[in-house]
Amino acid sequence: MADVQTTNQSILVVGGGISGITTALEAAEAGYDVVLLEKNPYLGGRVTQLHQYFPKLCPPSCGLEINFKRLKANPRIRFFTMAEVAGISGKEGDYDVKVKISPRYVNEKCTGCGKCAEACTAEVDNPFNYGMDKIKAAYLPHGFAFPMRYVLDPSIVGTDDGKKCKDACQYDAIDLDMKETSFDLKAGAIVWATGWNPYDAAKVEYYGFGENKNVITNVMMERMASMNGPTGGKIVRPSDGKEIKNIAFIQCAGSRDENHLAYCSGICCVASLKQTRYIREQYPDCEVTVFFIDIRALDRLEDFYTMVKEDQKVKFIKSKIATITEDGATGNLVLEGENTNTGEQIKATFDMVVLATGMAPNSIKSVCSADVSCDEYGFIANDPAKAGIYGAGCARRPTDVASSVQDATSSALRAIQSIARR
Amino acid sequence: MDKNIGIYICTGCGIGDMLDCDPIAEMASDEYSVSICKNHPFLCGAEGVDLIKKDIEGEGVNTIIIAACSPRVNYDVFDFGQDKIIERVNFREHVAWSQAEKDENTQMLAEDYIKMACAKIGRTDLPEPFKAEEEYSKDILVVGGGVAGMTAALETAKAGYNAILVEKDPKLGGFLAKMKKNVTLPYKDISDTGAEAMIKAVSDNPKIKVYTSAAVEKISGGPGIFSVEIKANGNSATERAGAIVQATGWVPYDANKLGHLGYGKFKNVITNVEMEEMAAAGKITRPSDGKDVKNVLFIQCAGSRDPEHLPYCSSSCCLVSMKQATYVKEQNPEAVNYILYKDIRTVGQSEDFYRKAQMDGNVFIRGSVEEVGESGGNLYVSANDELLGEKIKIEELDLVVLAVGMVPRSLPAEIPKIKAPSDSKEADADGMIEVKPDSGFFATSALNLAYRQGPELPTLKYGFPDSHFICFPYETRRTGIYSAGCIRRPMEVGKAKDDATGAAMKAIQCIEATSIGMAVHPRAGDISYPEFNMSRCTQCKRCTEECPFGAINEDEKGNPLPSPTRCRRCGTCMGACPERIISFKNYSVGMIGDMLKAVSVPEEDEEKPRVIVFVCENDAYPAVDMAGIKKMNWSPYVRFVPVRCLGSIALVWVADALARGIDGLLFMGCRHGDDYQCHFVKGSELANTRLSKVSETLDRLSLESDRVKFIEVGITDCDKVPAIISEFMETIESVGPNPYKGW
Repeated sequence: MADVQTTNQSILVVGGGISGITTALEAAEAGYDVVLLEKNPYLGGRVTQLHQYFPKLCPPSCGLEINFKRLKANPRIRFFTMAEVAGISGKEGDYDVKVKISPRYVNEKCTGCGKCAEACTAEVDNPFNYGMDKIKAAYLPHGFAFPMRYVLDPSIVGTDDGKKCKDACQYDAIDLDMKETSFDLKAGAIVWATGWNPYDAAKVEYYGFGENKNVITNVMMERMASMNGPTGGKIVRPSDGKEIKNIAFIQCAGSRDENHLAYCSGICCVASLKQTRYIREQYPDCEVTVFFIDIRALDRLEDFYTMVKEDQKVKFIKSKIATITEDGATGNLVLEGENTNTGEQIKATFDMVVLATGMAPNSIKSVCSADVSCDEYGFIANDPAKAGIYGAGCARRPTDVASSVQDATSSALRAIQSIARR
Repeated sequence: MDKNIGIYICTGCGIGDMLDCDPIAEMASDEYSVSICKNHPFLCGAEGVDLIKKDIEGEGVNTIIIAACSPRVNYDVFDFGQDKIIERVNFREHVAWSQAEKDENTQMLAEDYIKMACAKIGRTDLPEPFKAEEEYSKDILVVGGGVAGMTAALETAKAGYNAILVEKDPKLGGFLAKMKKNVTLPYKDISDTGAEAMIKAVSDNPKIKVYTSAAVEKISGGPGIFSVEIKANGNSATERAGAIVQATGWVPYDANKLGHLGYGKFKNVITNVEMEEMAAAGKITRPSDGKDVKNVLFIQCAGSRDPEHLPYCSSSCCLVSMKQATYVKEQNPEAVNYILYKDIRTVGQSEDFYRKAQMDGNVFIRGSVEEVGESGGNLYVSANDELLGEKIKIEELDLVVLAVGMVPRSLPAEIPKIKAPSDSKEADADGMIEVKPDSGFFATSALNLAYRQGPELPTLKYGFPDSHFICFPYETRRTGIYSAGCIRRPMEVGKAKDDATGAAMKAIQCIEATSIGMAVHPRAGDISYPEFNMSRCTQCKRCTEECPFGAINEDEKGNPLPSPTRCRRCGTCMGACPERIISFKNYSVGMIGDMLKAVSVPEEDEEKPRVIVFVCENDAYPAVDMAGIKKMNWSPYVRFVPVRCLGSIALVWVADALARGIDGLLFMGCRHGDDYQCHFVKGSELANTRLSKVSETLDRLSLESDRVKFIEVGITDCDKVPAIISEFMETIESVGPNPYKGW
């Protein structure tokens, strides 16, 4: 990585999701040099795992394609996948950053021909599909993966499978001796756009996620609905692959709850509304029930809520579901709670339940010794008195794609200002 | 430029197993006089790339055809500099991975793609960036001096650029300056608005020129070269600007429409804006008698989320009412606030402020208003309490505050419609009625663009002037003009500041790109631009009408006056022009026409039909690639032709192709309509409209209309691509061979 030339006029963007890509592009297209780091083997982040965006119900890969095209055309951006920040020190206009690159075991000679995957027999849990299916241990992370380059799971290094992959490659692209490497960067400004992780649904113990097989999370539903998901786009019950007739969404599963995430993640309401569309398109007779505290469909997204409400098969019940119990024989799920509108006790059976879990930020604090403020939840506070490191997108507040892009664009200018001040 | 062509065929990734590459080289040398044609088993490897580099240096090759993988990959490996013409032929995804092995038809397909590439480069010149005659300005015009406008100006200045700020009022500050306090990140409590400090910062900043009591009378030109006429305090001034931020904000929804909530009927029913102004002025009292307030009720969504008023949510009113409840409590700790709501919408960390408002003892009631009335000089509100499931009546109220929403201060091109009241006689078949100037929607001009397509930013629903509000929220349909703050979507102060900062970023970026002749989004970095051969123009005005970005003005005779700095390079004008006078150096009607002519058309008795599939290069092309990556198969008789946007397709291509014996033409473009996906907004829609008129051409040729079809293909529709092609091939088979074959 000795060829990475950076100065205190460079902007470092950490996180290659929609926010980080946007920040990098907006700054580079204005004439600034950017280094973009992404920990996954591909760019695009969390949005690549979404089936469709609300409210247009359009595929995220469409906008990503434009962004990748912009990125390909722009020599001012250098990007690294499988890269993480190991340390940040210094101050505005003069940061020193240590970057760690995990071994991919596949070098730049990879043509994406797929021969390694054909040769490989070992399978691993597919991280792209949240472990809902298996993938060959030599794999392309997903169909639209950018860059289009294979990855080897570390578990096959040193095994027969690893050797088979290497032998199958005609282009000498597999390097089983690859080791973790690191290099140092200079940067005048840093934009932290590391996004979010789905809140761990297992922590919301009373919903039995992980034990009740037919309880899934909203992010898993995105994969199920997706053509390149574990079921090829067909939404079915995980326990037996059966079609669904009666599904429930539980909003604020671990959100707006001081025992879990005290804040509101802002997107889960409209995300569930969107997922009711996925279901209703596949199942003309399926009943859908949404248990909610408040439906938070801001600004014009209200139109989407209005549209979903017109569907007679979708019911909204203001309620906090207290428990989910699995019927062992059928795999059905019994939900109990109180209807806060009527005061009645609810006891209803569904064949599948989707937990609308929130967003937990990937915090900067563990790797940063430079001065930066975070709130008590780990979101970057963008304190004007501590310029130089800026949070963008969901590293700053839980929010939707449009707001993340907006925020990322503003972060690009803030980063430029940090350099212009020098 | 004298083209010295080299063709390089990669035989790796299975291409060599599928094709016989030597005859392809012979064909190229025979038919296109290409002297250098080489194969390599691993062209993207160091040795393969060196092979090409050596020919560039040693043989003077400057025009390179690479027949290998999709151009979507190895873009960096096969980059030989801006001074070379590079054409990528997709032998891997579109041939080797999707066709039968060593088959005659596969071979013909590959040969056709090489011929098409040769034809294409024959018509390709290296583009030279556009440079306007006028000197470029790098200053940014900001229209509107509220929180968003002031932020845009300050952030612009902080980045080292000059800003010109135009505010209609005598004083800067907009609604921010009328507020008592603000609530924003970290949402723990109310905080100072900072309005005065901000106004001072703007006024004192040497990089910001402020016009107050001012209006923009006229804007002409385009990015880099805007000329702005400003009228301020009766005086006229002219400024030059490189880009524009429109931050003209919002007006409160007209509460006079909310008579059912007591507004206009009872003096103590006021709006949230009036409440804020009263609090900022000093003390909150009863407007009827000036007495102290003890019991206050806030009605949320007053006219919002209401199909008869503002159908959307204004996002900030929940927080505003909680903030104002805090004012009431600060003034009188014994006071009681009731907040009557549909849903409380405090997203993100602002949930903390909701929690505080609950802790403060404010009474939140989920329900809907039945009646606002007066009894004994006090107000009462009857409501359905959803949580209790019964009707309630809250009495002895000193004040009822209507949380009214935000209406963008824009000029919608199309008059929005809302649901008509049940007794309306003017309702249309859907029960909708056009918004009237007195309906609560606001219509005002702000930019007065001297553009052929109208004076303001085109808007989407409800008057918000944007075009792609998910992936590219800053995009508008007027290049170099970005909207910021509540004109774009309803938002609170903190978000308006962020939004304005982002808009300033886009404005700066546009200025920098324009100054070196580069396009902005979505073809960022493209230096080609359309050139008009005016001697053949018939003044039909199609280009000036159809440009999705209003880039082309007209003179009084109807001649187009293109503004290249406003152009996004989609080629819609090129497709619109019936006289074929609009061309890019590297993209033209003649170029695609020659590619179509290069396609071999076997005699009818060979039973090898030929179909051309035009694909949008952003969505349909990757979908086809993906089908190839998945090793799906499709007919060897189709030839894909990528286009910048389906809006650039010219009907002459259809006529010429059919006249040569091509059996059918399929057009794969993006979804259009309300939820359009076209990145050039109107391109696929225009293509569809144009193709619907193609029947005249077909009639003239006595051909079946089934031979031409438009189909929406999204980027993730790869699974559908082979089926779409099969279905079309079946149609072609059923209508039979094109009788023009062999003519």
